[in-house]
Amino acid sequence: MNYIVDEMIRFTALARAASALTTPLTPEDFLSLFNPVYSSRQLRGVVTRVEHETEHSATIHFRPGRGWHAHKAGQWARIGVELDGVRHWRSYSLSNAAGQDPAITVTDAGAVSHVLVRDTTPGDILFLAPPQGDFVLPEHPRALLMLTAGSGITPVMSMIRTLIPRRPDADVVLITSNSTPEKSLFREELDELADQFPNLKVRHWFSSALGRLEFTARTIADLCPDWRSRSAYACGPEGFLNDAEELWQREAALDTARTVPQVSAGSSTQGTGTATLTIERFSTDLTMGAGHDGGLVTFEQSDREVRADGETPLLDVGEDAGVLMPSGCRMGICHSCLIPLRAGQVRDLRTGELRNAPGELIQTCVSAAAGPVNLDL
Amino acid sequence: MTTTLTRPGALAASGRPLVRPDAAKHLSDEQILELGRELDAVRDEILARRGASDAAYIRRIIRIQRSLEFAGRGTLLFSKYKPAWFAGTAMLSVAKILENMEIGHNVLHGQWDWMRDPDIHSTTWEWDFVTPARSWQHTHNDLHHRWTNVIGKDKDIGYNLLRMDADQPWRPFNLGNPLYNALLAPVFEWGIALYDLELPEYKEGLKSKEGLNRDLKAVGVKVLKQFSKDYAATPAVAMLSGSGKQALYGTLAANAIRNLWAHAVIFCGHFPDGTDTFTEEEVDGETRGDWYVRQMIGSANISGSKFMHLMTGNLSHQIEHHCFPDLPSNRYAEVAVKVREICARYRLPYTTGPLPRQVGSTWAKVFRLALPNRRVKAATA
Repeated sequence: MNYIVDEMIRFTALARAASALTTPLTPEDFLSLFNPVYSSRQLRGVVTRVEHETEHSATIHFRPGRGWHAHKAGQWARIGVELDGVRHWRSYSLSNAAGQDPAITVTDAGAVSHVLVRDTTPGDILFLAPPQGDFVLPEHPRALLMLTAGSGITPVMSMIRTLIPRRPDADVVLITSNSTPEKSLFREELDELADQFPNLKVRHWFSSALGRLEFTARTIADLCPDWRSRSAYACGPEGFLNDAEELWQREAALDTARTVPQVSAGSSTQGTGTATLTIERFSTDLTMGAGHDGGLVTFEQSDREVRADGETPLLDVGEDAGVLMPSGCRMGICHSCLIPLRAGQVRDLRTGELRNAPGELIQTCVSAAAGPVNLDL
Repeated sequence: MTTTLTRPGALAASGRPLVRPDAAKHLSDEQILELGRELDAVRDEILARRGASDAAYIRRIIRIQRSLEFAGRGTLLFSKYKPAWFAGTAMLSVAKILENMEIGHNVLHGQWDWMRDPDIHSTTWEWDFVTPARSWQHTHNDLHHRWTNVIGKDKDIGYNLLRMDADQPWRPFNLGNPLYNALLAPVFEWGIALYDLELPEYKEGLKSKEGLNRDLKAVGVKVLKQFSKDYAATPAVAMLSGSGKQALYGTLAANAIRNLWAHAVIFCGHFPDGTDTFTEEEVDGETRGDWYVRQMIGSANISGSKFMHLMTGNLSHQIEHHCFPDLPSNRYAEVAVKVREICARYRLPYTTGPLPRQVGSTWAKVFRLALPNRRVKAATA
């Protein structure tokens, strides 16, 4: 059956003709009766395999539907799962090699990752957004230093799996920090790869025995003597990345040819000459308010910024600022005023409930700012 | 959370409307305030429990509806055989009714927006009904639900065609009331499509030319698609088995059956005896409690089986739907128990009855209001 369905999808002309029979629905809406991957509006994938890596983490392999594109090593994708009927989205790095079917490696650290690690079984549906991100391998081969802590290994694992077995000219040193050997993701596979391929060197740092990995020129040089001549990639928790950034900044300052290092959220590269550091950050959240103090409201497309208190509906805030706001009943019943929340947090004035999922549509007539708010209007 | 939360929007935080409706005259401002709080609590209690089982419910209904539509159209392809015609037409009729009522109407109200599923969302949904979803959302969700039964504001009282309230002035045109209603019922979706264009508002200068052109274009595209699906594409495929003509009659019958049913159910929502209409003085200064009162005494339920509730899209719980338009429809039955108890305690009318009685009651009104109001009102009025 699935084969037939796949064939049908391939004949888009046929699908277009079929839509004359299915309007206002699409042929996919009916095909989803047979195979839940089909949807005209959202990309989905079917879980094909789940492997438990450590006590608290698992790798989830999935087969994406139409609209997905192959990932580059180091990229991430947004993954949507349902918790008690409500869709939640998180970003996860794709951990397997470029060119292979996608997989994510997830560590149980929150509500969404908990469900992914503990409750996912083959056949489950994942909601997906196509891979993205600039934390990727350089175009031309060069000596690399990878620095990871905890689950920060996932995008780097994809890079190593892509590079090491296929490129004899690769030259990679990996410094990976974990609390204990048991909690180290991919430890055995990394050691095997290092045994098998001379172009990979793995330096494990176990903080339970050695203490926190200090980012001093000396410590790093002990682990990788020629670190200054390598392009560095770092992925891990905020503190780890800040420490790494500081070291590279200090080194850049010592360097005679200097430029002002760029620091920005997301992936960024800094340093001069060959000693560059590329980092991957996931936490770009706006600082959350307490809920009743309001905050700065940004109307992104209208290019307006206004301060709002915690009690005035965002609809009024926008109209007072001269933004053309969609509106209807002004009492929370008609859903005519929905606007996507890009970032930040709002409070439902009726229930006091806080909403902060990026992309969520909010009812501006009954929502007030609860911290900074960024609206897609 | 603090005990009192300010309610935003068009409602007054305290006080009373200029005139309180007769049915609620016996209640003090404090009682109305308390009634508002009680109904808010009913809503909050459902929100706290809303979750995976509700999501599973709407997905199951959508799956059943699509399967029925698929099977119905499939069977109509062989409708030169009588049993296939009856089976196909019946399945397609039920599919269309479910699609419009339990799914379309409720999804377009935003009852399932909380799931954040773009496939089941008020901003993306389009339905198997000639009026475009966005146009209908404006006249229905915004205008009708905000101004429920306010003469002059809620045009749903008669849809600019029928005289459905004694306070609407009588004109000789209204003599045709029963005829117009009988003609409207089998083509109800076309009536709604025309109504959603808001031509009277355009003539009065309340709707812009651009607005009208945009709506006309949207309805034109929708009409074309709907028409070609039901009356061209399906019969064309059926011609392969020599069933083209029968398939055409089948889809025509299914649309007519859906229209008759939707018309009957929707007319039972606000027109049966026992429902009130309101003047603008009665909404001026309305508090949240008063708003709830207006929704409750302006609406009527239909009693019946679970299956009947499903087939009406739970509009048989019209009172609950009007109090809480964006709660998921599968929850109205349990909400009804509480709303009914609240109405009894506050001595407010709660109008309900079996379908035939409610339909009879609305038709009696259609006939009665064809004639001018009697000058001497009956003593029982």
